[in-house]
Amino acid sequence: MPSLPPHLKRLEAEAIGILRETAASFRNPVLLYSIGKDSSVVLHLAQKAFAPGKLPFPLLHIATGWDFRAMLEFRDRRAAEIGARLIVHTNPDGLAQGIGPLSHGSQVHMNVMGTEALKQALNQHGFDAAIGGARRDEEKSRAKERVFSHRAPGHVWEPRGQRPELWGLYNTRIGPGETMRVFPLSNWTEFDVWDYIAAEAIPVVPLYFAALRPTLRRSGAMIMRDDERMPLEPGEEIEMKWVRFRTMGDWPLTGAHESRAETMDQVLEELRASRVSERHGRLIDIDQEASMERKKREGYF
Amino acid sequence: MDAIPAGNRSLLRMLTCGSVDDGKSTLIGRLLYDAQLIAEDTLAAITRDSRKHGTVGEEVDLALLVDGLEAERQQGITIDVAYRFFTTGSRSFIVADCPGHEQYTRNMATGASNSELAIILVDARKGLLTQTRRHSFICSLLGIRHVVLAVNKIDLVDFDQAVFDRIVAEYHSFAAAFGFRTLAAIPLSGRFGDNVTQRSPRTPWYQGPTLIEHLEAVDADEDAEALPFRFPVQWVNRPNLDFRGYAGTVASGRIALGEPVVVAASGVASEITRILGPDGEQQSAAAGDAVTLCLAQEIDIARGDMLAPPAQRPSVADQFAAHILWMDEEKLLPGRQYLLRMGHAWTTASITAIKHRIDVTTLGQLPATSLALNEIAVCNLSTAQKLAFDPYGENRLTGAFILVDRTSNRTVGCGMVQFPLRRATNIHQEAYLVDKAARAAAKAQKPMLLWFTGLSGSGKSTVAKLVEEALHAAGRHTYSLDGDNLRHGLNRDLGFTPQDRVENIRRVGEVAKLMVDAGLIVLASFISPYRAERQMVRDLLAPGEFVEIFVDTSLEVCAARDVKGLYAKAMRGEIANFTGVSSPYEAPEAAELVLDGGGVAPEDLARQVLVLVERFQATN
Repeated sequence: MPSLPPHLKRLEAEAIGILRETAASFRNPVLLYSIGKDSSVVLHLAQKAFAPGKLPFPLLHIATGWDFRAMLEFRDRRAAEIGARLIVHTNPDGLAQGIGPLSHGSQVHMNVMGTEALKQALNQHGFDAAIGGARRDEEKSRAKERVFSHRAPGHVWEPRGQRPELWGLYNTRIGPGETMRVFPLSNWTEFDVWDYIAAEAIPVVPLYFAALRPTLRRSGAMIMRDDERMPLEPGEEIEMKWVRFRTMGDWPLTGAHESRAETMDQVLEELRASRVSERHGRLIDIDQEASMERKKREGYF
Repeated sequence: MDAIPAGNRSLLRMLTCGSVDDGKSTLIGRLLYDAQLIAEDTLAAITRDSRKHGTVGEEVDLALLVDGLEAERQQGITIDVAYRFFTTGSRSFIVADCPGHEQYTRNMATGASNSELAIILVDARKGLLTQTRRHSFICSLLGIRHVVLAVNKIDLVDFDQAVFDRIVAEYHSFAAAFGFRTLAAIPLSGRFGDNVTQRSPRTPWYQGPTLIEHLEAVDADEDAEALPFRFPVQWVNRPNLDFRGYAGTVASGRIALGEPVVVAASGVASEITRILGPDGEQQSAAAGDAVTLCLAQEIDIARGDMLAPPAQRPSVADQFAAHILWMDEEKLLPGRQYLLRMGHAWTTASITAIKHRIDVTTLGQLPATSLALNEIAVCNLSTAQKLAFDPYGENRLTGAFILVDRTSNRTVGCGMVQFPLRRATNIHQEAYLVDKAARAAAKAQKPMLLWFTGLSGSGKSTVAKLVEEALHAAGRHTYSLDGDNLRHGLNRDLGFTPQDRVENIRRVGEVAKLMVDAGLIVLASFISPYRAERQMVRDLLAPGEFVEIFVDTSLEVCAARDVKGLYAKAMRGEIANFTGVSSPYEAPEAAELVLDGGGVAPEDLARQVLVLVERFQATN
């Protein structure tokens, strides 16, 4: 295997160190596996960090009921290949109430089926540290996020209560009821993630690559209709188009863009030419100004 | 955007520092903008925000690209370290954007600890400020060896070379003592982009590189590979009986298969038999590599140990001198116990002496009995366990530590080791044949310490007295410690400031420990307002021996009783630092016994304590 460029080697070593630190410092950590490219990289790094042993923690997927089918297939296949323990949790209350993005809007849906569901799963299993794939370059309020991000009881994120992180000397201590979020990819950019995926040949969900898919236009976004639950409004029609996705989420909330990038090289090339930010395709972030910060305070990952 | 694939790009980590309004955020926004890293939708968003929060009229306010938190945008200031990323053809950059306000020294130290280079901003109109000096000193203290003096807003002084030259000359003269290896001064305008990525035609007198040219070219490699090998063991990997490896990241130096190593603390030697890297077996490993090492012999190694070459060992000591930068609202108090993390080792530590505080403006030495937020001092520390380390000046990764509050788990300070103190090695613990167990057996009892805590007038001494009388009547050997018999003798030199309260309880704890060692049942009645000190005493004793009894009487009841007339005086402001009135009381969170001192008769409270004592005496 050709060796990595120096900057990726440093980022890789840093992330491995953070993963080992989590395993060594917490009683019951978990890897929050969202099936996107970032958590695929974290999973890959975790395999390296603990080799020749197996992962010392399980994977947790918060299924909202509106995940792309391709993601679920990919999830089950990867977990089986790696031999990892996979926990899938869906908010039973939300399910009983029939909460969904079309009937209740993206805010309510993400809050009940995403944020609340995550808290339920963490509480239910007593996880004291949850590893995620978030990066500081994703969004402005993320730029100040810690690598080890402290959550008060109730999973509350207090921006002013965060601990300074000096050298690699992370303060991993928590009190009763408190938890930690851990972000090994804090210092990676979207380009680093793709360059690393390409260099290491890490499997990712096929939705990242262009294919002919059934799409419709709604509120300015191109939605791939993944099942029949989305009724067409007057004037809307399904068109088969060459599209791909830059981020993964619930299918009614994730915008596709037209693309013919079918290979890794083509995706990298397209990305380098792009002048639109990664989160642009996420319909949940533009709800309100500073929406990410608010969601985080409430316990969003 | 860079069209070159990742290729051979290196990584440079840097921080920006400057005073409020020096234009840090604007400069970083400019770097991102000129590197064409601003996506169209992001630009649209900040163009919208510029009208709402911006400070530059109709122009796009580039600072809004980096001021992320809602509160910051509303206040127009930066309050926390933000990390920014950009890439050019030859380098990837991680920028720690550090707030400039005086009260955010801790944030600057955080940024500096993770950086190799600092951009120090100066407003050309204002010249060097107190803050410039402060920031330069902190960068130097944290081991930054490469500095860019960015003379910003050069447009506002009409691109005047004389202004620039004067500032640079002044900076050179005061930075001479800071040991910076490279120092580049660049006249620029973050707002208009002069000399940031494009050479400015408006400063024809400036022949040096643009900011970005300099950042791409500067050789800021720490050369950590040239230092002695240091491997802090992070995690012991033992997936099955056939494999035992020590995982961690090489802090400095190199190691190869077959080379000898020792465990620094124990001196036990072995040699490297396997090195597992991210892609499998390797022949060698160097600074920065995350690896798993296997050794020839099965020896006792745990997380927190350090592997080093036998011929180049680090210091191993439990006392050392260090610079400490205090980062918490609650003051550092000598004698109080903190958690200390160095490498992957956690232990408890206390500051045994503050040698002097450093005035970061004049760099003069000041006497100090405590340290407040953002203050820096040279201190002596004592740790519960021996630690392996190097002086910070020689090795940034093995000479650094953080201090953590034992109760709240907040990170309260950071430190940089200067040198080990050797005194510790000459004091050896004597082993006696007549030990604690023997002395206790002679008295036919189990020694213990009953620690009564609560407000003044809560009834601590009253209950303790009743308990002691009953124990004595039952043939137990007891002794009572309280303010009356200690404050007038052993502790007569102590007042009621927070520092003195800590020292008072430390001495009481040590005396109580000796008495417990003598086999006695000790009753101590002290307000002891701080959790940390009660915990400290608890830790001095064997598990179970320390019994915390919280006499929970409300301030209103205590003040109404006012047996000694102290509350009345305190309320009139005649007594400083009076607990409950002008000084805090931290109620126990997990006391062994809580007594309702407001509603229950002292005799009944004493009976509750006696039940607890007899239960402890009955255990094996």
